[in-house]
Amino acid sequence: MNKSRFTPDADGYYGEFGGAYIPEMLVPNITELRDNYLRIIESEEFRNEFHELLRDYSGRPTPLYFAKRLSEKYHTNVYLKREDLNHTGAHKINNTIGQVLLAEKLGKKRIIAETGAGQHGVATATVCALKGLECVVYMGALDVDRQAPNVIKMKMLGATVVPVESGNKTLKDATNEAMRDWINHPDDTYYIIGSVVGPHPYPDLVSRLQSVISDEISVQLNARIGRAYPDYVMACVGGGSNAAGGFYAFLDNPAVKLIGAEAAGLGVNTSKTAATLALGQTGILHGSKSKLIQDQYGQVIEPYSISAGLDYPGVGPLHSYLQAIGRCTYIPVTDQEALDAAMELTRLEGIIPALESAHALALLPKLNWNPGEEMVIILSGRGDKDMDTYSKYFDHESH
Amino acid sequence: MNRIDELFLRKQKSVLSVYFTAGYPELTDTALIISGLEQAGADLIEIGFPFSDPVADGPVIQASSHQALINGMNLDILFDQLRKIKETSRIPKIMMGYFNTVYQFKVDRFINHCVECGIDGVIIPDLPPELYEKDYRLLFESAGIHFICLVAPQTSPDRAKYVASLSRGFIYLLTSSSTTGNNYSPGINLPHPLIPSPALRSARGRGVMPALIGFGIHDQETFEMACRHANGAIIGTGFIRHLSANLSRQGEEQLSKYSRQQQINTLCENFVNQIRG
Repeated sequence: MNKSRFTPDADGYYGEFGGAYIPEMLVPNITELRDNYLRIIESEEFRNEFHELLRDYSGRPTPLYFAKRLSEKYHTNVYLKREDLNHTGAHKINNTIGQVLLAEKLGKKRIIAETGAGQHGVATATVCALKGLECVVYMGALDVDRQAPNVIKMKMLGATVVPVESGNKTLKDATNEAMRDWINHPDDTYYIIGSVVGPHPYPDLVSRLQSVISDEISVQLNARIGRAYPDYVMACVGGGSNAAGGFYAFLDNPAVKLIGAEAAGLGVNTSKTAATLALGQTGILHGSKSKLIQDQYGQVIEPYSISAGLDYPGVGPLHSYLQAIGRCTYIPVTDQEALDAAMELTRLEGIIPALESAHALALLPKLNWNPGEEMVIILSGRGDKDMDTYSKYFDHESH
Repeated sequence: MNRIDELFLRKQKSVLSVYFTAGYPELTDTALIISGLEQAGADLIEIGFPFSDPVADGPVIQASSHQALINGMNLDILFDQLRKIKETSRIPKIMMGYFNTVYQFKVDRFINHCVECGIDGVIIPDLPPELYEKDYRLLFESAGIHFICLVAPQTSPDRAKYVASLSRGFIYLLTSSSTTGNNYSPGINLPHPLIPSPALRSARGRGVMPALIGFGIHDQETFEMACRHANGAIIGTGFIRHLSANLSRQGEEQLSKYSRQQQINTLCENFVNQIRG
C-alpha cells in the first residue's frame, strides 16, 4: 500500500472535496474507524492476513494480459488487468476482504452493505460467510428485480437481502438505507461501503485496499517490459473504486496518463445519464462533498446508465479532486459505445466483460495515443451478470 | 432578543416543539399549519425543508419529504411563504433540513433569508459541529440565527460539552441512536431510553443551556417522560402521522382556504391537547 501525496488531510479532504458530513448519531462509529483504520491496515498482522486471503482465496495476483488482437486493431499495446478473474467475478472482493478483517479487529459482529448490481453485495456476503458474521445487504427494490441471480447468490451465502422501497429504489436509496441501519445499530455493526465514497475515512480506506490493483500492474509490467509503469491507465468510474485502485500507485508519476470512463447513458446532453464529473456540481451526499448530479435546489437527480454499477449520481471525492487539479481526465461513454466495446472484446479476445468494464474499453477509439505506447485497461468484472442486457442488445441488433 | 431565548426565559418546563415538513400534505399548507400549531398552543415550530435523500429520517418523514418535493416545494417557495406570515406569526420558528440544500442555496444567502422571514434557529443534522464552527459559526452568530446541535446517547461526555458550547437556543437531545420515528410503537419500554445518559447530563450541566428531547416522543406518556428529564420535547413523526391520517388531500374536497384553515386548526388543537393531556 503506497503512501502518496494524494491521500486526504486529517479532516478527510482532498482539496475541497471529501470530509465527513454525518449526523451526530454516526460520529462515534466514524470516529472509531477514523482513529483506527490506518494503524490496523498498516500493521504486519493485517497485511499478512489480507494478502494471504487475496492470494489463496481470491486468486491474486490477477493476470496482466496482453491483448494481442485488440492491440493489433488499435495499433498500440493493450494490457488488460484481469480483475474479472477474482473470486466472485470483480475487483469488489479486494475491498470486502480488507474491510471484513478490519471489522473483526474492531470487534464488530454484524456487517451491513449497500449494493447496486449486486457485485458488492455478493462480495460482502461471501466474506461474511467466510468469517461467520451476520450480513445484511440493502438493495434497491428495482435492482432486486433486475439482478435476480446475484440476489440468489447472496441468500445462498446466508445474507439477508433487504429490498429498499424508498426513493427510486436503486443504489442511491440502498446507500441511504444502509446509513439509516448504521444509525440504528451504533454498537455492534460495521458498514462495508462498496466504493471510494461516503464519509472520511471510507474514500481513503477503500482506495488503499484497492491499490493492490496498481501495485500488481507495476510489478507485472516491469517483469514484462522492464518498466514499472504504463503510458495510460484506463478504468470505468461509478463511485470510482476500481479506478482509484488502478490509478493509485501511479498518481505521483506524471508520465502516466490516467483516464476514467463515466457512464453517459443515452448521452451527456440527455436527461438519461450518470456522467457526474461531466455534469455535476459540488454538493454533499452520503457523507462527503464531491461532484453530484443535482438540481438548482440541491435535490439529487436520479441518474441513468445501462450499467447498474455505474448508475450513481455522485462520485468519490478523490476523483472530483483529481479532475479539479487536472491529474486525471474523465470521458463520458454512452450505453451504445459500451455495448459495442463489449462485443469487440468478446470477439477479438474471447473475454465477455462486465458492462461497467466495457465503458473503460470504449475509451480506446476515443484517445489519441502515440504508436507503441503501453495502455493498461482495468477489466473490473466479468459479464456473467449482464447476459440479460447483452441478449436484449443482440436481439435488437439482429433485427 | 431571539424568540427561542425569550421562550426559555418565560417557560422552562413542558416546552412542546412540533416538527412538520413544509409543503406537505399540500404545497400551500405551510402557513396554515404554522398558524394552526400556534393557536393550538405549541411553543416552538420546526419547519422541515425537504431533501431527496434524508438519511437521518425514518419512513414517515421520508414519505412526507418525498411528497413535498413532488408538490414542488423548494427553499425559494418556502421563504416566500414564511415572509408573508412574518408580521402575523409570533411563535419561535426553526428551520430543519439537510446541508446540501442549504449549501446550494448558499449558506450566507440562506441565513439572510432566515432573518428576513422571521426564522429564529436552524437545525442541520448532517453538518457536524466541527465543520459548522470552522466555516459557518460566525455567519450564523452575527445574524442572530441560532444553530442548534444534536447530542446522541453515544456522544462522549467531552464531546457533549463541546457540542453544547456551540449550540445556541437549546440542545437537541436524542433519546436513542436512531432515525426519526423509530420508536413509534405503542408499548415500547419507555423509561429506559429516556433516562439521560451521563453524556447528556454533562452537556446540560453547564446550567444555562435548555434542552429538548427528540426522536421517539409521540404521545402524552412519552412527552411527560421527556419533560421530567429536560425542558420539553420535540414531536415530528407523530404529528406527520396525525396529519396524514386526518387531513385530506386538497383535490378530494376543494375546500376554500378558510375552511382548510379551520380543518387544520382543529387537527392541530386535537394533537396538542392529546400530547399535553
